[in-house]
Amino acid sequence: MAKELIINTAWCKGCGICAAFCPKGHLEVKNEKVREKEGTDCILCGTCELRCPDYAIYVQEKKEA
Amino acid sequence: MAAVDMTGVRKKDANVSDLVFKYMRPEHLPHIWCPGCGNGIIMRDVAQAIENLKIDRNNLVVVSGIGCSSRAAGYFDCSTIHTTHGRAIAFATGIKVARPELEVIVITGDGDASAIGGNHLIHAARRNIGLTVIVMNNSIYGMTGGQYSPTTPTGDYGTTAPYGNIDRPFDVALLAAGAGATYAAHATVYHVPQAIKLIQDGIAHKGFSIIEVADVCPTYYGRKNKKGSAVDMMRNQKENFVTAAQAHRTCRSRKPGKRP
Repeated sequence: MAKELIINTAWCKGCGICAAFCPKGHLEVKNEKVREKEGTDCILCGTCELRCPDYAIYVQEKKEA
Repeated sequence: MAAVDMTGVRKKDANVSDLVFKYMRPEHLPHIWCPGCGNGIIMRDVAQAIENLKIDRNNLVVVSGIGCSSRAAGYFDCSTIHTTHGRAIAFATGIKVARPELEVIVITGDGDASAIGGNHLIHAARRNIGLTVIVMNNSIYGMTGGQYSPTTPTGDYGTTAPYGNIDRPFDVALLAAGAGATYAAHATVYHVPQAIKLIQDGIAHKGFSIIEVADVCPTYYGRKNKKGSAVDMMRNQKENFVTAAQAHRTCRSRKPGKRP
């Protein structure tokens, strides 16, 4: 099953922990919200999910719409 | 994020992970903790440990006292009780004595466990009551405005210690072990998989178990002591915490600043 990265910007408080510990440097904080950086790839390791204190970013199985 | 419909079945919003939806009350999220506060990470560790052990939520009780950490009981979706300051372990003892088949987890802070509830902690450890106590140790009283707590390191600042704390800090896990706890562990919010494993072992342990998790408080402890942002505080944990085996091998006086 394919997985995908999901960001819930409504819950993000912009602490930057996920961006600092992302092994690929894929995340950045802009205007106090996290977002995916362009030009880098997410490897779906889930490190951000482990360390996000606000449960605003996570990796889950892709659901067919 | 999740709404309760007329039949009482919760609807899952697309914006919440399966783990959080299963063990927490998403309608009360996002939580009230400050940006970068480690309490949320510890709460997820506990949820993951419960998931790994496949404990039925109907047989799970989460008890908390008063403080930043103790807000966690409101976010867990199981039988929860938010008690008076320092008395969480006393309430949990009563629950465990009345219904020994339940899994009782106490989520408490450093001040709640070692200052106001210090006596309850040592006597629950002495009696070896089957509780799992998770201490979110942020080294300060966060909710009331940054007063120094029994775990504030010597020389560190708080709003009530403007010239630095003159006392030696408690090591809560060692204190409980000295009082007779049969499982005591240190963890950090940076080392997430290790913390999940230790909490899991603590819940599975028959008898009194305590897991002291070194937390980050960027708002009060961080600002008062110029520790930088939440990210800097977590990097500090990454660099300065060693495993128990390493701590036994190397003398602490030779490597100042390293903590087990």
